[in-house]
Amino acid sequence: MLRFANPTLFLKLVRWLIPLAAGASAVLLAWGLYLVFAVSPEDYQQGATVRIMYIHVPAAWLALSCYSLMALSSVGSLVWKHPLADVSAKALAPIGAAFTFLCLVTGALWGKPMWGTWWVWDARLTSVLVLFLVYCGIMALWTAFDDPARAARPVAILTLFGFINVPIVKFSVDWWNTLHQPASVFRLGGPSIDPSMLTPLFVMAGGATALMLALHLAGMRTEIMRRRVRNLSQQLARQDGGS
Amino acid sequence: MMDIPHAGYILASYLLAGVIVAGLVLLAVLDDRAQRKALEKLEAQGLRRRSSGQTGVQ
Repeated sequence: MLRFANPTLFLKLVRWLIPLAAGASAVLLAWGLYLVFAVSPEDYQQGATVRIMYIHVPAAWLALSCYSLMALSSVGSLVWKHPLADVSAKALAPIGAAFTFLCLVTGALWGKPMWGTWWVWDARLTSVLVLFLVYCGIMALWTAFDDPARAARPVAILTLFGFINVPIVKFSVDWWNTLHQPASVFRLGGPSIDPSMLTPLFVMAGGATALMLALHLAGMRTEIMRRRVRNLSQQLARQDGGS
Repeated sequence: MMDIPHAGYILASYLLAGVIVAGLVLLAVLDDRAQRKALEKLEAQGLRRRSSGQTGVQ
């Protein structure tokens, strides 16, 4: 695994991994949308509104997955000080923030017709809002430093501190009495959703995950280039100053 | 679609998802293009990384 953490090898791999992930994402999302609108049934209680689930739930899963990957990258950054670990963490932050924002807004759009309210300060909704704010804080901290190498350590510490919120988001519906429904897919006893709805949900989630992977790898490649540009610009400034 | 109850909420959710995905892809492409251009400009001035010939994080 560490062999693939070599930047040169990484850049060779992403040349075909990005199109592969992007292609898989396009195919899965197209198939998922067909299943959502042409095949999957309406819910007996919610009617067609259940179709918001196929966006809201994958967005929520990815909001948590991106943060977990970011925390893992932060461990790599703090323990092994591997520059690709910082690059990975930095590239994940805007993607995770975007999916968290999508999860919050689609939750409100689903909540209004089903619960009669856009928002309640219950444990699940509030902890997801906190997750979004932590993402924003991490992105702000990255931009607060000129040198990304100097930013890596404080960002990694903040990321790991913020990881406390991830299990709170996941288990908030079990620990507290919330308006949000409890887990219905990843739970003891198996999913409580009918396969006719579970299949499109997994296809949409697969497409969104492949998209996240493509964006993450592309973001890492761009960040590597940004750091090279920064180093070469400094080299040029030194040459100009010396002449 | 508009005959379906709460169609506006469903439509708004999918439109927002489309806008966010398109925005993420567009930002990634534009950022990649900008960094690539800046790198090519610097390399055209004869600047090379210390480990020239290789591509990596410095």
